[in-house]
Amino acid sequence: MSESGELDYRIQSPEVAHRFEQLRARPVILGVQNLSKVFGTHAALNFISFDVRRREFLSVLGASGCGKSTLIRIVAGLETQTSGQILLDGKPVAGPGPDRGMVFQGYTLFPWLTVKRNVMFGLRMSGKSAFEAESEAREWIALVGLSKFENAYPHELSGGMKQRVAIARALANRPRILLMDEPFGALDAQTRAQMQGYLLEIWRNVDVTILFITHDLDEAVYLSDRILVLGANPSRVQEVIENPVPRPRSREQFTSPEFLATYRRISELIHPPNTEETERIQIPRMTMAGDDVE
Amino acid sequence: MLLGVASFLIPVLVWCIVSYVPFVWHPLVKITEPGGVSYFKPDTLVERKVFVAENAKMVEAGLPIAAGVPANPIFLPAPDEVAVSLYKAFTTPPRRSGEPWLHESLWHSIQIIFWGFLWSSIFGVPIGILCGVFGVFSKLTEPVVDFTRYMPAPAFGALAVAILGIYDAPKIAIIFIGTFFQQVLVIANTTRKLDTSLIEAAQTLGARRPQLLFRVVLPGIIVDLYNDMRILLGWAWTYLIVAEYIGASSGITYFINQQAKYRIYDNVFAAIILIGIIGFTTDRILAVLGNQFFPWQKNAKPSWIRRWKLSRKEAVA
Repeated sequence: MSESGELDYRIQSPEVAHRFEQLRARPVILGVQNLSKVFGTHAALNFISFDVRRREFLSVLGASGCGKSTLIRIVAGLETQTSGQILLDGKPVAGPGPDRGMVFQGYTLFPWLTVKRNVMFGLRMSGKSAFEAESEAREWIALVGLSKFENAYPHELSGGMKQRVAIARALANRPRILLMDEPFGALDAQTRAQMQGYLLEIWRNVDVTILFITHDLDEAVYLSDRILVLGANPSRVQEVIENPVPRPRSREQFTSPEFLATYRRISELIHPPNTEETERIQIPRMTMAGDDVE
Repeated sequence: MLLGVASFLIPVLVWCIVSYVPFVWHPLVKITEPGGVSYFKPDTLVERKVFVAENAKMVEAGLPIAAGVPANPIFLPAPDEVAVSLYKAFTTPPRRSGEPWLHESLWHSIQIIFWGFLWSSIFGVPIGILCGVFGVFSKLTEPVVDFTRYMPAPAFGALAVAILGIYDAPKIAIIFIGTFFQQVLVIANTTRKLDTSLIEAAQTLGARRPQLLFRVVLPGIIVDLYNDMRILLGWAWTYLIVAEYIGASSGITYFINQQAKYRIYDNVFAAIILIGIIGFTTDRILAVLGNQFFPWQKNAKPSWIRRWKLSRKEAVA
């Protein structure tokens, strides 16, 4: 217990502690070593290092502009680092490849392909026959619950459905790691909550390791095993938090002491108390009505 | 739809008012009864001022006055006259043997446009796409293309005749020059507008260079490319008249000039309107076909090709 009488986020129940012990025993899938990225004179990333283990769900959280998108784009091979290394299964990787599937924030389904053909795209690129690709694609579409829409075009789908197809499309390639760059950022709150549920369900049933970028504290605590908090200016790893909220997760846990303690800790890291005070703007009073007006 | 019809009706209505309402414009008088004026003959057109002055003289001299009705100049035929000649222009044989019929003239013009636009597209589309995809290629070609496109295509007319003779080749060349340079720039721009995140997504799905070009860039820009081509085809039409003046005048331009020489202005109007009708109809047909070819567009109407494909799948299942 901390001095204010609240639960400390570092205290783990025996089950959670056991889970993390098991997790640490698993092989490292993605290794990020001393990764730096410099734009001109501005250091966007400053010697970032962390590991993601098999079947782990790791979230990278940070305020906007802390370089978390740059980080995941470098891991995906869409941008090059200034220094440092990305290891996948211990081997350095450069450039984009199907071993690192990516789900983007914007909708990146190919608008000229139907849902099924979108999911088939990567399978066809890897040289599978149309027949094989089609039957595999059907399974993945069924997994995200969109079998009815396999012949629909992306513009006929809602935002949430599009992201489900994007997840199916990335998973169909059987990537070593699934990279998700604020995938639910463009969705409305209700759809986002639903999608988080879907994602947990998919992650429980499919052997996949996830690196998840978000700026939403609730989302990070709700979904992840560990949460990597990035600080801004210069961007560096502030803390890697082992999430004490037990699995399986549900939305009721949002008010559990572990959840709140973790939330509070991340919040402290991202918004140090003194900066908020200085950024408060002065609004002149522009109404004659008193505060008691009905 | 209703507004579309109205957009045609309004100018026609103005034309009708000017033609049929006697006190609107009508600066001339068409003589029906020459009276005492020695040089007036039935059906001649005189200015209203002259008509009034001559009649005043007749009244002074005690001679019978001339009579007439307000009329418009010969170069503004009434809609009904043009409508009749639209039909008659096709059925009337040419005045002199060896001159082409109207439909032959039109067909000749359409062929010039077709070949000019085809040659332009064969070179312009791939170069435009390459410019849009590869920065190096764009920097190498676009400045000179941008420079050349400011030179008016007709300026190359004399040169084209010197090199290609006086028949169809220089005309096709003018259409080519007029279209090609714009085409490269327009298509390069369209290609550049492709959402780069689609290319990135394809890369993370394992697509390599040639696959990116043929499986992502091309399908990604095809709708805009198609619409660009529609606009550029209209562009090609605007160069037609100039092109047909070059060397031996031919096609619809020759027809218009001959009719103007004979002072049959109804036919001139009919020919100009025909160009409009052909251009507009082609564009509408292309628009409908576009809807069928690209069913993934947001506002695409249900395509019968897709419906047929889906129904076939259902039949199989």
